Amino acid sequence: MQLVLEKRLEQSRTIALVSPLIAIALTLLTMSILFVLLGKNPLLALGVYFIDPLTDGYSLQEIAVKATPLVMIAIGLSLCYLANAWNIGAEGQLLIGAVAGSWIAVKTQGTDAGHWVLPAMLLAGAVAGALYALIPALCRVKFGASEILTSLMLVYVADLLLDYLVRGPWRDPAGFNFPTTAEFDPVATVPVLIEGGRLHLGSLIALLVVASAFVVLGRTIMGFEIRVVGAAPRAARFAGFNADHLILLTFAISGALAGLAGIIEVAGPIGHLQPGISPGYGFTAIIVAFLGRLNPVGILIAGLFLALTFIGGEQAQITMKIPLDVTKVFQGILLFYVLACDSFILYRFRLVSRQVTHGIG
Amino acid sequence: MELVEAIILSVLAASTPLLIAATGELVTERCGVLNLGVEGMMIVGAACGFGGAWASGSIVVGALCGVLAGTALSLIFALMTLVLAVNQVATGLALTILGTGLSGLIGAGFVGQRITTAPHLHIPLLTNIPLLGRIVFGEDAFVYLSLALIIGVWWFLYRTRSGLILRACGDNHVSAHALGYPVLRIRLLAVMFGGACAGLAGAYLPLAYTPFFIPGMTAGRGWIALALVVFSSWRPGRLVVGAYLFGAVSILQLHAQGAGIGIPSQFMSALPYLATVIVLVLLSRTRRGGSTAPATLGTVFVPDR
Repeated sequence: MQLVLEKRLEQSRTIALVSPLIAIALTLLTMSILFVLLGKNPLLALGVYFIDPLTDGYSLQEIAVKATPLVMIAIGLSLCYLANAWNIGAEGQLLIGAVAGSWIAVKTQGTDAGHWVLPAMLLAGAVAGALYALIPALCRVKFGASEILTSLMLVYVADLLLDYLVRGPWRDPAGFNFPTTAEFDPVATVPVLIEGGRLHLGSLIALLVVASAFVVLGRTIMGFEIRVVGAAPRAARFAGFNADHLILLTFAISGALAGLAGIIEVAGPIGHLQPGISPGYGFTAIIVAFLGRLNPVGILIAGLFLALTFIGGEQAQITMKIPLDVTKVFQGILLFYVLACDSFILYRFRLVSRQVTHGIG
Repeated sequence: MELVEAIILSVLAASTPLLIAATGELVTERCGVLNLGVEGMMIVGAACGFGGAWASGSIVVGALCGVLAGTALSLIFALMTLVLAVNQVATGLALTILGTGLSGLIGAGFVGQRITTAPHLHIPLLTNIPLLGRIVFGEDAFVYLSLALIIGVWWFLYRTRSGLILRACGDNHVSAHALGYPVLRIRLLAVMFGGACAGLAGAYLPLAYTPFFIPGMTAGRGWIALALVVFSSWRPGRLVVGAYLFGAVSILQLHAQGAGIGIPSQFMSALPYLATVIVLVLLSRTRRGGSTAPATLGTVFVPDR
């Protein structure tokens, strides 16, 4: 007897629905083992990670704040991945968006510039992110260079550019030599939704992005083309869909969303430009995109879930002295399980006896 | 003269991890598997390598720990992509994310600790030859090992039957399977070799390059190694040239920063990454039409029966 993987005749809908849940369950189990190895009570730790943040208003708002960039970026990435274009440099596009938007904030600082400043910043962030994402996309389309490697290399470049700006020309003269710009003026700040709270306008923008993606993917020719090019490249060629065109388009959209997320983060919760504005949102968004099965609604849920792990991770570090890196391990394991479980939508295991194999073969 | 010698020595040191990691990935990719998790395996290799050496006081034990850690992670990758037929790009990314977290977790205990790095070869007389002596006869063991490794891989790929079979699996897995070769088993070995090399390359950093471990110390070297494999057109000879060229770029920018020419240090630090992008563009351009990549690179293989 032998266990073999074989393709299902039809994709399994049941597994498509339950696979993220199975993946999460397996991740929690693995994490419990890890907590035991770290010498912590696993039930207590999981409670701090996943239940405590849901019990008070401040953490709930904080989850929404953290989910905002994750969801926005993941929506853009899902378009890329559906079209089989591998943008993994969203982190860099986020940073460039933050830099471009901050440029307007820094230049208008202390002037009597009106309420056009924030919209201009958001626009600049989105445009800069899109242009930055178009570099690897053009390299791929024009020269055939792997977009995976080029988009990732540009993350490091963007990081260094931001570092240079906040340590050099944009440094706050009154900032005691800390590498940061001055606090943005009120007109250059994303307004909060509840007075005194943390929830800000960006979360509404993220919801708008989810809704638009839902319509674009489900109801437009463009959404259809993206899905066909990714799932059946040959069929797409016969249908006359231009794959190169779609690579450029999906990269531009995902870059714009990452850039927008970056400037919203800087002009919202952070309030100034500094190094380390993102705890790896651009990379975590990759997990969000897959956990949400590249579907807008799924991404919204997945984004909230991963935001929960960020908050839970911070609390677990404070209350239980669990290292912050556990959150990253958790995210990595989760992505593994999600991918593994998704495999069973297309394939299934079957026991075959060797003799039968020979008979057919 | 001494400056030239110092520069060449540091170029060799900076190139060695790139060369080792890229050698492993070259074999993996030649077999048709694209493992994007090199960065993750390297950083865990660095953490485990340092931990092993720090606990045991032996560089060899440290290097072995790095190799084991890299191999263990590559087994997860193999389980996902070979057994469960999961997309290789996504799995590789997952491996890098997991590796980054794991290395922080493992390394947390010994951040701030120091070890004595791997000793350099010293042969009386030979090592004392001006200029060439220290460069040829005064390296640490990893440098010689990396060169032996790439020569061995060249010999294996082009001069042995097993190497031919491995390349066949990469170029046409259906035919290789039809001829009765166990494609998935061969790929498993290739992936494990890649993991072992990545782990060793990571371990090199705290064992020979700097005497301590810092989280994120690989700083994208795993990704540059991946780019080097593309740069080399999947050929061992060109891989050596590429690795030393990249080592040179990263060292020269350091010296330029030190010399205080008026360019901000961040721009110089960005050079290796920008160089990677430019090289990828130039090389891919000259090869339009006929790609030299293994034909089944990155595609899933589920044997039918």
